[in-house]
Amino acid sequence: MRSIKLSWTAQALIVLAGLLVLLIVVMTFERPPVRSSQNGFRGTAMEHVANPRTAARQVAANQVPEAQPPADGPTDDADKASAVYENVQVLGELSNAQFVRLMVAMTEWVVPQHVREAGNGCNYCHNPENMASDELYTKVVSRRMLQMTRTINTDWSTHVAQTGVTCYTCHRGQAVPAAVWSTNQPNRAGLVGPHALGQNLATPQINQSSLPFDPFTPFLLGDQDIRNISTTWHPGQNSDDTRIAEWTYSLMVHMSQGLGVNCTFCHNSRAFASWEQSPPQRLTAWHGIRMARAMNRDYMEPLAPVFQANRLGHPDAPHPLRVGPANDVLKMNCATCHQGVNRPLLGAPMLRDYPELNMVSRGPLRTSDAGSAGGPPRN
Amino acid sequence: MTAFVQYQNIFTRIQVRPPAAYPGVVQEPGDGAREGTPTFVHLFGRLGDAQVGPIYLGIMGLVSILFGTLAFLIIGLNMWASVNWDIIQFGRQLFWLALEPPPAKYGLQFPPMRDGGWWLVAGFFLTISVLLWWARTYRRARMLGMGTHVAWCFAAAIWLYLVLGFIRPLAMGSWSEAVPFGIFPHLDWTAAFSIRYGNLFYNPFHALSIVFLYGSVLLFAMHGATILALGRYGGERELELISDRGTAAERGALYWRWCIGFNASFESIHRWAWWFAVLCPLTGGIGILLTGTVVDNWYLWAVERNFAPEYPTLWAPISDPALVQGAPR
Repeated sequence: MRSIKLSWTAQALIVLAGLLVLLIVVMTFERPPVRSSQNGFRGTAMEHVANPRTAARQVAANQVPEAQPPADGPTDDADKASAVYENVQVLGELSNAQFVRLMVAMTEWVVPQHVREAGNGCNYCHNPENMASDELYTKVVSRRMLQMTRTINTDWSTHVAQTGVTCYTCHRGQAVPAAVWSTNQPNRAGLVGPHALGQNLATPQINQSSLPFDPFTPFLLGDQDIRNISTTWHPGQNSDDTRIAEWTYSLMVHMSQGLGVNCTFCHNSRAFASWEQSPPQRLTAWHGIRMARAMNRDYMEPLAPVFQANRLGHPDAPHPLRVGPANDVLKMNCATCHQGVNRPLLGAPMLRDYPELNMVSRGPLRTSDAGSAGGPPRN
Repeated sequence: MTAFVQYQNIFTRIQVRPPAAYPGVVQEPGDGAREGTPTFVHLFGRLGDAQVGPIYLGIMGLVSILFGTLAFLIIGLNMWASVNWDIIQFGRQLFWLALEPPPAKYGLQFPPMRDGGWWLVAGFFLTISVLLWWARTYRRARMLGMGTHVAWCFAAAIWLYLVLGFIRPLAMGSWSEAVPFGIFPHLDWTAAFSIRYGNLFYNPFHALSIVFLYGSVLLFAMHGATILALGRYGGERELELISDRGTAAERGALYWRWCIGFNASFESIHRWAWWFAVLCPLTGGIGILLTGTVVDNWYLWAVERNFAPEYPTLWAPISDPALVQGAPR
């Protein structure tokens, strides 16, 4: 029997391997405490998993700015913004005080911080020489966004309930919301044909899975059928194959990540398709998918020419590009509002403090030349 | 140097080194000779036998390795191509990349190479390689005068592989039903497969497969632990103890009768282990083969057969909003 002693090299390699394993464990595992709360019948594994550290970060990241002091509604027609100012197309029913209050709030919500702090907040959308002018594309976009906010709050209470949304729900003090998407057309020609191009790359929006990485174009812009689980066990009536199911799976992974919830927040995972066993959140989410699709189609897509003409954005805030790599307009998905929590801004009823947003007129807009203009004039 | 050697640790501290390398049994005439000078590798000795070589591959082994290498290269080059031949991205995204089977529109036809053709070629080469290696395991066992149990174990695994990549796609009429070659992609495919077919957990053959999988693990742990625990009584000399129960066998038997009221014999435990291992892919393959061909939604199938229980819901029930008249699509 030989006594066994490893060489120094071998010992060093073993130590290094051990450190590598330790590093992987530390970097990829979530540090406790991880707490789960039951949200379904016992034994169905329907649980919400939360970590107090994550929760504390979410609370900090979802603080609502203090509301502007309230303003009274118009006393008579002469007090209306439409009478006081020129070229007021969507906020005409507001009183002068309400109009100014909303302008101040919107500046805080949407204009980038460094522009505001430099005292150029108003000029982000207005020409200071002529406030009524539509020459800045940002003003043209803002009008449509105000109408979109009104549409969401008025027509989509199935999704936003009475909590509603304001500009801040998505923008959070930034000109472009943090989570937006554009159609992802990978340029991977050659050996690899079109069928495999849409998947198998680590992509943040779908939680770094290898699923199809742009579920948004078919489902949140197009209305491709999301359902592909058979409604009967008899075969031969559902031609969707596993690969088609991966598209739906990808959208669901995005929703789960965008809302910071598990599958079981909306589904009893033993029968994903069954509405009878699903928690009511699934109904809200179902309307949310339709809402995001409608907003992308009715508001974002029609703004494409405006953004394409101003793809570098505002001179004061040139990043990020206002169009995607395929020159399409930036669009919304679940994460745009939700930003990792199941109720945006943790359910703060911000709209309640801004009745002005429910007075936005959704009538047709007068044409402006900002869409066709080469770019915004420099002030 | 002591002649008495004790195996009684979870980790072996002993390397058995014969004075000279073991040449192996005498081969039949006409069989190719084993090649190379045998050496000893210390690290191998920590895990098993320290001796490496002489090596016998034969024509079958060589052809198997050749086709296996071709399949490996085709898969790797397709993955590399899918990141535009960027070697850094190839390294970073390696676990995400895949060679995907053809889309459904081609059915069982041979698709263009870049649209799944390479998948078919790689799968064909890999299958040749695997089948030749199976024949090799069979022939080598026969040559050594052994039983062919190992070959049939391997065949059980090949059955599952062929069901996933060949038999079920044939039955479904489309190569698109097969599994992609890729680390994460095949895992995502597996999850999507279960969801698409209404939850594989209600597939009884899937359940059987899990029983045999976990059962194999349990049996392996019980057996391995028993033999190690009997090391001080020579328990690792299992073959002798099959016919002549010494103190090790008696103690092991008594231990399990005390613990679970029943004991396998030193011979039958291996029969248990073999059947559990073989039945895991056999039943799993049946379950996959029935999915989509005979049963399209396992959950609804289980409801109809009254073995998916009904649970109370803890909220006011909701119904499918798409069924409401005038609902958005």
